[in-house]
Amino acid sequence: MLELWEVLRQFFWRYRKRSSSRKSTNIAVRAAAMADGSKGKSTKEQKYDRQLRLWGDHGQDALENAHVCVINATATGTELLKNLVLPGIGAFTIVDGHKASGEDVGNNFFLSIDSIGKSRAQAATELLQELNSDVSGNFVEETPDKLLDNDPEFFHRFSLVIGVQLEESTCLRLGAVLWNAGVPFLACRTYGLVGYMRLAVREHTVIESHPDNALEDLRLDQPFAELKNHVQSYNLDNMEKKHHSHTPWIIIVAKYLEKWYNEHNFQLPKNYKEKESFRELIRNGILQNENGVPEDEENFEEAIKNVNTALNPTKISRLVQEIFDGEECKNITSQTPAFWIMARAVKEFVESEGGGNLPVRGTIPDMIADSEKFINLQNVYREKAMQDALLVAKHVESLLQSVGKPPESITEPDIKLFCKNAAFLRVVHCRSLADEYSVESLNKDEITSCMDSPDCEMVLYLMLRSIDRFHQQHSRYPGVYNYQVEEDIGKLKLCVNSLLQEYGLNVNVKDDYIHEFCRYGASEPHTVASFLGGCAAQEAIKIITHQFVPFNNTFIYNAMSQTSATFQL
Amino acid sequence: MADGEEPEKKRRRIEELAEKMAVDSGHGDSTGDWDGRWNHVRKFLERSGPFTHPDFEPSTESLQFLLETCKILVIGAGGLGCELLKNLALSGFRNIHVVDMDTIDVSNLNRQFLFRAKDVGRPKADVAADFVNSRIPGCSVVPHFKKIQDFDETFYKQFHIIVCGLDSIVARRWMNGMLMSLLSFDDGVLDPSSIIPLIDGGTEGFKGNARVILPGMTACIDCTLELYPPQINFPMCTIASMPRLPEHCIEYVRILLWPKEEPFGDGTALDGDNPEHIQWVFHKAQERASEFSITGVTYRLTQGVVKRIIPAVASTNAVIAAACAMEVFKIASSAYIPLNNYLVFNDVDGLYTYTFEAERKENCPACSQIAQDLRFPPSAKLQEVLEYLTENASLQMKSPAITATLEGKNKTLYLQTVASIEQRTRPNLSKTLKELGLVDGQELAVADVTTPQTVLFKLRFTT
Repeated sequence: MLELWEVLRQFFWRYRKRSSSRKSTNIAVRAAAMADGSKGKSTKEQKYDRQLRLWGDHGQDALENAHVCVINATATGTELLKNLVLPGIGAFTIVDGHKASGEDVGNNFFLSIDSIGKSRAQAATELLQELNSDVSGNFVEETPDKLLDNDPEFFHRFSLVIGVQLEESTCLRLGAVLWNAGVPFLACRTYGLVGYMRLAVREHTVIESHPDNALEDLRLDQPFAELKNHVQSYNLDNMEKKHHSHTPWIIIVAKYLEKWYNEHNFQLPKNYKEKESFRELIRNGILQNENGVPEDEENFEEAIKNVNTALNPTKISRLVQEIFDGEECKNITSQTPAFWIMARAVKEFVESEGGGNLPVRGTIPDMIADSEKFINLQNVYREKAMQDALLVAKHVESLLQSVGKPPESITEPDIKLFCKNAAFLRVVHCRSLADEYSVESLNKDEITSCMDSPDCEMVLYLMLRSIDRFHQQHSRYPGVYNYQVEEDIGKLKLCVNSLLQEYGLNVNVKDDYIHEFCRYGASEPHTVASFLGGCAAQEAIKIITHQFVPFNNTFIYNAMSQTSATFQL
Repeated sequence: MADGEEPEKKRRRIEELAEKMAVDSGHGDSTGDWDGRWNHVRKFLERSGPFTHPDFEPSTESLQFLLETCKILVIGAGGLGCELLKNLALSGFRNIHVVDMDTIDVSNLNRQFLFRAKDVGRPKADVAADFVNSRIPGCSVVPHFKKIQDFDETFYKQFHIIVCGLDSIVARRWMNGMLMSLLSFDDGVLDPSSIIPLIDGGTEGFKGNARVILPGMTACIDCTLELYPPQINFPMCTIASMPRLPEHCIEYVRILLWPKEEPFGDGTALDGDNPEHIQWVFHKAQERASEFSITGVTYRLTQGVVKRIIPAVASTNAVIAAACAMEVFKIASSAYIPLNNYLVFNDVDGLYTYTFEAERKENCPACSQIAQDLRFPPSAKLQEVLEYLTENASLQMKSPAITATLEGKNKTLYLQTVASIEQRTRPNLSKTLKELGLVDGQELAVADVTTPQTVLFKLRFTT
């Protein structure tokens, strides 16, 4: 046996050395690989390879079918567009009525010295288009206000509208139009060293939220019949060493849990002490050699290590329960989107066949085991997941029938995907901008409690609102020219106070922040714009692909301290 | 927009300006600037503020310093590097060097925005520098199509600040070690003028981090080695005899079958960029998988495992590079107190950042100036010392070469990187420390790819 490992190890080292001494890759080979797309993967697949590993081909399809509108091609606008054009968004349209100024070119990579005096929308579209020929770039040389005056329905056609550096009144008008049309709206703003984003989407559903550290769905506390039978097929007390030490830890825990139940009135080990003695129980099961010394059984070590998470009771998370309890789940009509029909079907499954549990996910983590034992166990979970999904599909079918829709309007793969992700479903409801800005419905509690720490990012939100107030009153932003800074500090302070007073906010905004915002003088430093552009593009991709979870609803970035916060306003 | 100038007047002024520039072939004045060019930057350099660094003095000279004097080195011209060059150039930095040993691959194009399909195969550093220099007038990015190890301290010494956008931990550690070696001490007191700040960024999928390292003063790369996730290697017995996952089948073909069958001729190494190679591995892995009833071997997965591909998107790189460039600007201008000292970013679920102060490790092998103790019994074999150097979480060396002074002579006890010396010194691995003639308190000098310096250890015999 040992010899075999030695041989393998040598192979291993031999290969490793070769690969590490490899010369930098042959350029000709790479170029050839690129030209010959038929071998292996298409050029497009190669180009997008690194992102397809994150959102899959279906995510990419969604992206390629999307059309986003970006208002104002300032640095923030072109940076976020760059991050959407590169991964291959279907189309973008820039709406911008400005001519590019010297100042605009100074902080914007997608304007050049030749753009000065020309339409900012056109110049930026041309330079952004260069990034990716798969993307269709369009521009409208018009201010958003003009479009809102003359043709507000212009904005209805987009998958998402992103407003950049908008004046408050424009932002609210546009926000109202999009809210009523059900078009997601993302407002972005760079103001000095502060970044701001606001998402306004009525309802956003996510099946694939891709959680980072998801708990496994093993049902050890409530084993289903097939799992019980499978565990029964093992007899740890009467096993050859080779098999004993290659029994998957899930089986080991299930076996010792049966023992534990018999001694503990069918109660799971709950607290630390009980879990410790359960671990001890497993430890005692490790085979011993003829001298009574425990053998090296890594699978048992794994079992002991996994006791804590394996014994987590199977339950439905609060977020998923909220989805089941939602209005959309209750009243199914012919207009109900597929997400909610499937959510209702899963809910019905939980209440009937599932016995209070979600459909089994059908995956298990890798663990020490020989191939056969692992695959057999994996198949027990997989088959159960398939059966559960089939039952959910039956519920879907009768729901569709009840509202007069054909059964094929929701496909089997869709249902399987939904069931597999049932524990991670997410629904994001944002508040409207109108609610945020109304004196009656402003989220005062959130603001007041955050402002208990006077340097919380909330103060930057209040400052941005005050800046807008200043602009309303003076038709300019404070401190744009050096000579204005000193005198504008007092004026801006009046705006802060009137804002706090109008909303009845009993909080203190430090004078330092008022001075700092006058210092900013409405500047849009490139690095802050680029940071925000990265964040905004990622949120746009979430909205478009319905994968990962968008923020809700206000994000503030403080570049001075490199901190950020998200508020629900 | 905000400057209150009447539109008509403004347009005329711009037209005049454009005309002037046409005459001067694109350069408004000696610095290639045009009216308003640095307005966004100047507000932070020429105005006082409540949150500035205590040393900050508003001045028009600061911009001249950035434009004319300040010299920045960017390591890596990939996802982060492209963004960094753009960010720095638009923040007023003009003297920038960039080092990258790679050529452009088609899979870079989804995020490395300075490259086009026609550039595939060309050196990243050259293409990136050309692009930035042509887009941003007056900017002078100097490219180096080289490895960082090709340069010595005289090269690195010339820079005010160094920014790293790398995907390799070994390269980061080497760079970190280089900056440590540049520090000078007067009676054990660090000479601040010998410090070159290092800004380091890293990304993986939707996660990233940015950090500021003041060598000799704040936590360095090696102080926080444990923060990097360990590389996942499947146990050999799993790969060889009990595969469970599709990945195990692919690794079987890559590690065992390829060298045995040599499908593309004697000694041809598996090239992850060669589609025929990947195709071969893919088919063989499928065969192996079906033998064990394993499902899920795909071409994409095969390539991912063979090349150890890390997923990457434009947006995360943009965020992290922007945070890094912001810190370069803060340090170069003193306009703000720099990040102290570590930022973590994740936008899988909402947008999450976490900023904290990573702490220096008292006995950090890279930055502490304290000779490390190696505690072994005299009966321990050299092999055990070697394993300790590679496996210890705070050392994680790759191919350490161990030398000692014995009877007044430098003697190489083990060296892996040169085949002939490896062969000659390999027998030492199975000898005990005592047999090798090492004594208690013996100094061992260890060289490794993770640092340009030799790390000194003191052997302490345990009983």
